[in-house]
Amino acid sequence: MTTTAAPTKPWAKSPRDRIRDFAFAILAIAFSYAFVGVTAMKGKLAYAAILIIAYALITGVFAFVTRGGPAAKDAVIKSCVAIGAILTVLPIASIIFTVLKNGLPGIHLSMFTTDMSMATPTDPIATGGLLHAITGTLTMVLLALIMSVPIGILTALYLTEISGKFAGPIRFLVQAMSGVPSIVAGLFILSAVLYPITKAYSGLMGALALTILMIPTIARTSEEVLRLIPNDLREAGTALGGTQWRTVAMIVLPAARSGLMTAVILGIARIAGETAPILLLTGGGDKINPNAFNGPMGSLPYYIWKSFNAGSPEALTRAWAGLLVLMVLILILFTAARALSTRKVSK
Amino acid sequence: MIQTPESEKEMTSSAQPSSLASVANAKSPRTQPTKATGTGLETRGIHAWFGKNHVLSNVNLEFAAGSVTALIGPSGCGKSTFIRTINRMHEFIPGAAMAGEVLLDGKDVYAPGVDVTKIRLQIGMVFQKPNPFPSMTIGENVLSGIKLAQLKVDNKDELLEECLVRAGLWNEVKDRLNTHGGSLSGGQQQRLCIARALAVRPQVLLMDEPCSALDPGSTLRIEETIRELSDTMTIVIVTHNMQQAARVSDYTAFFLSDGGPGEMIEVSRTSEIFSQPKDQRTENYVTGRFG
Repeated sequence: MTTTAAPTKPWAKSPRDRIRDFAFAILAIAFSYAFVGVTAMKGKLAYAAILIIAYALITGVFAFVTRGGPAAKDAVIKSCVAIGAILTVLPIASIIFTVLKNGLPGIHLSMFTTDMSMATPTDPIATGGLLHAITGTLTMVLLALIMSVPIGILTALYLTEISGKFAGPIRFLVQAMSGVPSIVAGLFILSAVLYPITKAYSGLMGALALTILMIPTIARTSEEVLRLIPNDLREAGTALGGTQWRTVAMIVLPAARSGLMTAVILGIARIAGETAPILLLTGGGDKINPNAFNGPMGSLPYYIWKSFNAGSPEALTRAWAGLLVLMVLILILFTAARALSTRKVSK
Repeated sequence: MIQTPESEKEMTSSAQPSSLASVANAKSPRTQPTKATGTGLETRGIHAWFGKNHVLSNVNLEFAAGSVTALIGPSGCGKSTFIRTINRMHEFIPGAAMAGEVLLDGKDVYAPGVDVTKIRLQIGMVFQKPNPFPSMTIGENVLSGIKLAQLKVDNKDELLEECLVRAGLWNEVKDRLNTHGGSLSGGQQQRLCIARALAVRPQVLLMDEPCSALDPGSTLRIEETIRELSDTMTIVIVTHNMQQAARVSDYTAFFLSDGGPGEMIEVSRTSEIFSQPKDQRTENYVTGRFG
């Protein structure tokens, strides 16, 4: 046994192929410049459009000459798919870039320790902060969580485990509810709770509207997660003498634990940046208000909205900084959701 | 396939390849053990339906306490449906219906007012696919029945060891009771499921093709376990493997469907079913002429 085999990939691109691909890209860029220069077309959009068409054509023609018609179609479609993917990422990258560019100058440490109660919109950026907005958002999210997680998961359990006569209509309603515009949820709480009962803005009112928006997300995601639990486990639990409730509580829910966590975090991400009901129901406020049941409560979306409305250069920077903080908050939640959902349950 | 040296040794000592007929003939009828509790299990006129589809017709069988009965027959003849009517798992399938009586110690398990969870504690079940609970450790899996049914146990560690020993798994897992069941091999997982079923001390154990997903070594190990368990409980095993039926069972029942509902064609001592079946169809099946 003296023969040694080195792993090779005969199907991989050779350096020559890479140089050729690079040359094609350069050619496409040069062509788009030349084309825009010669014709009456103007602007970035023209460059981009011509570049896309040129690149697809060049690769297509090359494939046609070397390998014939079907290969040419394959190459053109491949280019189009790659360009489509890039076009999807571009707006997101652009948003992140813009928020970072405008928001970073407004970030300073003291903004996480002070509120806006002693600062006016025209004060320098270093005075005041958005602590009241962060605590307000977190309080309302927490309240909404306490209300919507039990309701959402119980709904999912009804749809998957009990699956009674009303499962069909309830599933339909939950799906319809996930399409309810957030302003509708806000107006509903305004007319059904705030005007007739409490007659005052408070964090609780905002949390109630957020709960309405959060329940469908949690219920639908939980339902999908619970459906993935193999029926074998339910049967095994029942065959061991467990009642349905004991089986669900001891076997089905623990097996679905990481998926249910994902459902909850997706729900939080859905509502954390919700603005319309917050504007209607919380009354804003520039001061930290630890009591969600009494008095106006600030929040990040409200802070952003109010700062943009104030219009002074300092206020605008504050608004961008608020956007950045909100985006980072949601990014953290999504990353956590992804990490939890891909984690292996056993082993 | 992960096997510990010990289980391999046990397997080689117990593996005795031989022809079907000689296995059946070589085995002398076992004397009826006395440790098994109860007077046994009996089914009278069992029919089963899925929706309008009549899948099982008029099955009358008696299972003596402490016996091992194998149910054989081609796929789709209603064997699995039949054993699922015994511990009332049949009713979980939407559209399922049944007729007839299942008598456990003379009492119908389908009688009004019967606590179905108690029935399932007395009649345990092992499934075709090993299905340990993924969120639990090996030890928790074994004791899961106790927790599910909220039973009181004086000494959990003792019960844990006893069940794993009886399922033939103790030596392989005793040092890692706190790891998850997913790390075990398929055969070990199935023995874990047997241990789990034993923990609630059933008097009948139903096994629905327990070895169909396993390699020959694990299969022999589980067959040994079945022989040992039959001292204290009544076992009903569905199998597609006729050699397995010949190796482990005292009695064999042959099921067949000729396009209509499945029927029980013949039941007899296992040695007789394989050597001198009364029905031509049984002979055709056990000699491999069809199915």
